[in-house]
Amino acid sequence: MEKKKVITVENLVKKFGNFTANDNLNFHVDQGEIFGFLGANGAGKTTAMRILCGLSAPTSGKVDVAGFDVSHQSEEVKKRIGYMSQKFSLFEDLSVWENMRFFATVYGLSAKVFKERGEQLLHKLNLFEERKRLVSTLSLGWKQKLAFSVAILHQPSIVFLDEPTGGVDPITRRQFWEMIYEAADNGITVFVTTHYMDEAEYCDRVTIMVDGRIDALGTPSELKKQFNAASMNDVFLALAR
Amino acid sequence: MNRFIAFVKKEFLHIFRDYRTMLILFIMPIVQILIFGFAITTEIKDASIAILDKSKDEVTRELTQKMLSSGYFKNDAYLTNESQIEPAFNDQRVKMVVVFEPEFSQNLQKTGTAHVQLVCDASDPNLARMLSQFADGIFTSYTTSSSVSMGIQPEVRMFYNEALEGVYMSIPGIMAMILMLVSAMMTSISITREKEFGSMEVLLISPLKPLQIILGKVTPYVLMALINAVSILALGYWVFGVPVKGSIVLLLIECLLFTILALSLGILISTVAKNQMVAMFMSMFALMLPVILLSGFIFPVENMPLPLRILSNIIPPKWFIIIVKTIMLKGGGLSYVWKETLILIGFVVLFVTLSVKKFKIRLQ
Repeated sequence: MEKKKVITVENLVKKFGNFTANDNLNFHVDQGEIFGFLGANGAGKTTAMRILCGLSAPTSGKVDVAGFDVSHQSEEVKKRIGYMSQKFSLFEDLSVWENMRFFATVYGLSAKVFKERGEQLLHKLNLFEERKRLVSTLSLGWKQKLAFSVAILHQPSIVFLDEPTGGVDPITRRQFWEMIYEAADNGITVFVTTHYMDEAEYCDRVTIMVDGRIDALGTPSELKKQFNAASMNDVFLALAR
Repeated sequence: MNRFIAFVKKEFLHIFRDYRTMLILFIMPIVQILIFGFAITTEIKDASIAILDKSKDEVTRELTQKMLSSGYFKNDAYLTNESQIEPAFNDQRVKMVVVFEPEFSQNLQKTGTAHVQLVCDASDPNLARMLSQFADGIFTSYTTSSSVSMGIQPEVRMFYNEALEGVYMSIPGIMAMILMLVSAMMTSISITREKEFGSMEVLLISPLKPLQIILGKVTPYVLMALINAVSILALGYWVFGVPVKGSIVLLLIECLLFTILALSLGILISTVAKNQMVAMFMSMFALMLPVILLSGFIFPVENMPLPLRILSNIIPPKWFIIIVKTIMLKGGGLSYVWKETLILIGFVVLFVTLSVKKFKIRLQ
């Protein structure tokens, strides 16, 4: 079965003055795929992700996300993606329900649809009783799980996760990845950056960026074979060195 | 539109949930105006003086009586010789000593001049100057009203603020300060907070347009600033009796204009400042100090050295204070303040242009 491509990147170049942050990137992501985006700090991951999200325009090259060109149709792209980062998950001084309602409205959900989906989500997360609590009183693990759920509440075709599990305990990370799998099963493409190499093993395919270029791209087992390594950790070390 | 409303709602929640913000927004203006109105007063009331009367005739007694019944002075002691003057100052009991020369009324009748010495405690020079002026005024009015003619005596009348009440001056200044604080400082802090917490990124990635985000940030503060402006005017009117002689609509429109100016300045600060701390200090030092020192709020611009006078022209509140004073105290209409209004609009255009430029660079 030919899979639908939701992200295509062709010859993407992004320069800041003389500095080349993204040097001729080429890759695509299929619908429903969990795509791991790896690289050392400063390798150009964040820049590439910002371009994919429509936050900044590429210097040259063609980037299609969810069927739209990010350089010219970023408004359409933005409606069809979800985003979550480790740095910020939800507004601390707003309650669980207020946060959900804010993001739902921003992403264009009607009040009726939101109420239905929101309540369903809270019951699933066992957070219904806590919906009036301020987010600041939740533990980090709960915040991240809730933030992920909020990011996919409007059922985007792609969700971008920027180091979503940073600082989270192993059990919660486990649960978090179960949620990622569930989203992918529902047809949502997951584009995830991480520094945890065990998480890289969970991805369908992985790219590793080094100095603004993509130096490796493939399934975790392909990469391990290619670099003759026992784990993704060794693959990463072989490349980043 | 729904998005925008949801955003403004979120901003209001941020404001109402943070007691410090609420304190700055609602309590501080009231406290400030009460402090400036009651405590820091530049008017004179019941200043303690001492009298050293070496003549003790009916004229000196009448003059003494006039001074004490004026309401400006109250007698603390009758001194008997000069050596008591300094101890009286040192005890902090009196601020001024009035010394009548011997044979005061005789001299006055014979030569037409008599000498009275006003010895002031000039460790507070402003107060000393004012006390001497007030006393001088009382003597002058006596000489003109009595049969003793001493040529033409100038009569000083303080226009627009007959009683020289400090609060008349304070209200426009406080208004400028509060609007600046609420609008510029609070918006710059709240925008940099989103940047600091990383939520700005999330908002920019969402379908919200940057303009919606900025307007949504600013809207609640426009409202708060106007509420503050109205409450300052109301406090001024009912507590201190400061009138609004001109059009209140025009006054509020000018307040709105100044608020927009302050907001654009706040946005500009937030594009430069990396975090809330920096934003706050920039607002404090770049905005509050010039407002207090150079706008003519406390120190009259006319008395400043030339470089500072020139500098004061680029302090937006200076123009706003002129506008407010003209409308409130003189009852002037737009025809009197159009120049200042245009200057304020010019500042708004400048700040908005700069912020848009900065914002675009940052998004690159």
